[in-house]
Amino acid sequence: MGNVLAFCEYADGQLRTSALANLTASREIAKHHGGEVVILLVGKGAQAASAHAAKFAPKVVVVESDALEHYLAETYAPVVAAQVKATGATVVTATATSVGKDLIPRAAALLDAGQASDISKVESATTFARPILAGNAYSTVAINTPVIAVTVRQSEFEAAGESGMGSVSTADAGSVNALGATFVKLDAQKSDRPDLGDAKVVVAGGRGMKNGENFKVLEELADLLGAAMGASRAATDAGMVPADWQVGQTGKIVAPNLYFAVAISGAIQHLAGMKGSKTIVAINKNKDEPIFQVADYGLVADWEKSVPELIAEIKKLKASR
Amino acid sequence: MKILVPVKRVPDPTQKTKIKDNHIDLTGASWIVNTFDEYAVETALRLIENGADGSKHGEIVVVSIGPDDAAKEIRTTLAMGADRAIHVVANDSEIDSLTVVKILKAIVESEKPDLVIMGKQAVDGDANQVGQMLAGKLGWPQATFAATIELDSANKKLTVGREVDGGVEYKQVPLNSVITVDLRIVAPKSVKNGVTPDSHNYSGEGARLPSLKGIMAAKKKPLEQKKLADFGAEPKPAIEEKSVALPPPRAAGQFVSDVPTLVKKLADEAKAL
Ligand SMILES: Cc1cc2nc3c(=O)[nH]c(=O)nc-3n(C[C@H](O)[C@H](O)[C@H](O)COP(=O)(O)OP(=O)(O)OC[C@H]3O[C@@H](n4cnc5c(N)ncnc54)[C@H](O)[C@@H]3O)c2cc1C
Repeated sequence: MGNVLAFCEYADGQLRTSALANLTASREIAKHHGGEVVILLVGKGAQAASAHAAKFAPKVVVVESDALEHYLAETYAPVVAAQVKATGATVVTATATSVGKDLIPRAAALLDAGQASDISKVESATTFARPILAGNAYSTVAINTPVIAVTVRQSEFEAAGESGMGSVSTADAGSVNALGATFVKLDAQKSDRPDLGDAKVVVAGGRGMKNGENFKVLEELADLLGAAMGASRAATDAGMVPADWQVGQTGKIVAPNLYFAVAISGAIQHLAGMKGSKTIVAINKNKDEPIFQVADYGLVADWEKSVPELIAEIKKLKASR
Repeated sequence: MKILVPVKRVPDPTQKTKIKDNHIDLTGASWIVNTFDEYAVETALRLIENGADGSKHGEIVVVSIGPDDAAKEIRTTLAMGADRAIHVVANDSEIDSLTVVKILKAIVESEKPDLVIMGKQAVDGDANQVGQMLAGKLGWPQATFAATIELDSANKKLTVGREVDGGVEYKQVPLNSVITVDLRIVAPKSVKNGVTPDSHNYSGEGARLPSLKGIMAAKKKPLEQKKLADFGAEPKPAIEEKSVALPPPRAAGQFVSDVPTLVKKLADEAKAL
């Protein structure tokens, strides 16, 4: 019937880990559509990532152009739409990263496609489950348009494994028109820690940490566990930590093996971003906070005393192994 | 400058989610202006006013597509300071994002605003797609997830700080673009319009609350009613909600008495360390 065009992000000649979750979902969708997954790589450096991408799908299409060096929805969406048509795709997908969320609906508009955003499950060729109301409910939606657009919640799908060696072809970018939009710069947060989106362990702090300086002790805990850092909106809004640490309905959605919520009260918008975690530890001085209702292990304590103690205990445990 | 701000009413997210007949039960629900849309109205106001003396240099038109009683939430945005409103009356079951985009596109074409500013997502559907789709349909540039905006009126362009994975991306767009706003757009100095003095601080506590004067004024502001049919839109959505279910509850957790117990349980019981 139709193929699935999977727009994949890459860096340094490799697919990003986030893209692998979409490939799992895309394979499922392709099965329902009786087609195959076609990976689409766009931009400068796309060709270099194609060998890696070809391990994950039978076909890879590369649209490489200097004019596409910086991601812009205005220039990328027409490429995606053109490739949906060129590859005979009935579904276009991407992981719901900040690029996927920006790009796919714009491409969908060019294709008159309905979109299922941030899906958690593929139910059939046209129906998908997705969280709504800050994850307080799951909605099953049917998309009854000839072309369907889908973004995939990374934390809900396993990373795809390699599937053999696919073929790589190239396609022309066509005329690139940014409509007057320009990329100015990216203020990147340099960090040696894993990406929040795919970390196995996350250490998150909230308003109760009081200031950015105090987060150092949480960072020490994170580095001991190879964890990513997270935060509540109250902490990011107060400028204690960078905005892209925010976990929640409107920040990052994470589902690590282990999540530490330190001095976070557990507002529904925060819970929306982390309640899919396997094991949740809450450290809070007030035993009545809602965070304890989702925590597997709750410790009623001040962080000032308990977090340094936790670091010491974990060091002891590690030394004993 | 003329700014169009699409807004949606949503059930107050602090209410407990109830399910009836496999769909969300909204009987007796209380409603609010979607927080991000409220922030979009705030952003539009900050773009056209002098924050220090309150003088205004532009017009804000609010558009909402929703049932009859959404008029109440629309009045809230007028009370905040928007100048007039267009209410396209439709039940939520009659519309989907494609219909909304179609209607908004038609309104943009007739109203000819310089900018469309909207929330990045509605906190009920959490779909985060209408702004991007509208921009795509209009062939306008877009700047989504805006945390800061700097307006350069003379050159008719804006520099938008966008919250992206891994940092903040700065993107420049000309006027006639669609901006969707993120939470931090309401920080004290997030919006610079070249008129409000740099020394001016907004409260930073979210969108402004309507003043008593604003509420009185809102009653007299124009609120035009339209129907789906006025836009050639059918009450037959292509996106159909089949069913809604609550997520499975998490297994009950336990309190631990001290840090050594916590570490022991994390290692032995949860096998998480
Ligand atoms: C539209 C919208 C979207 C939102 N999106 C998000 C989102 O994506 N993510 C998000 O996190 N929030 C989001 N929020 C905000 C959310 O509603 C809460 O305001 C926020 O999560 C609260 O952060 P907090 O738990 O750090 O702060 P608080 O609620 O103030 O909690 C601080 C906690 O610290 C504890 N504490 C204080 N001192 C100590 C100490 N010494 N030791 C131990 N504990 C201590 C207190 O007991 C308290 O529980 C959103 C809100 C809105 C309206």
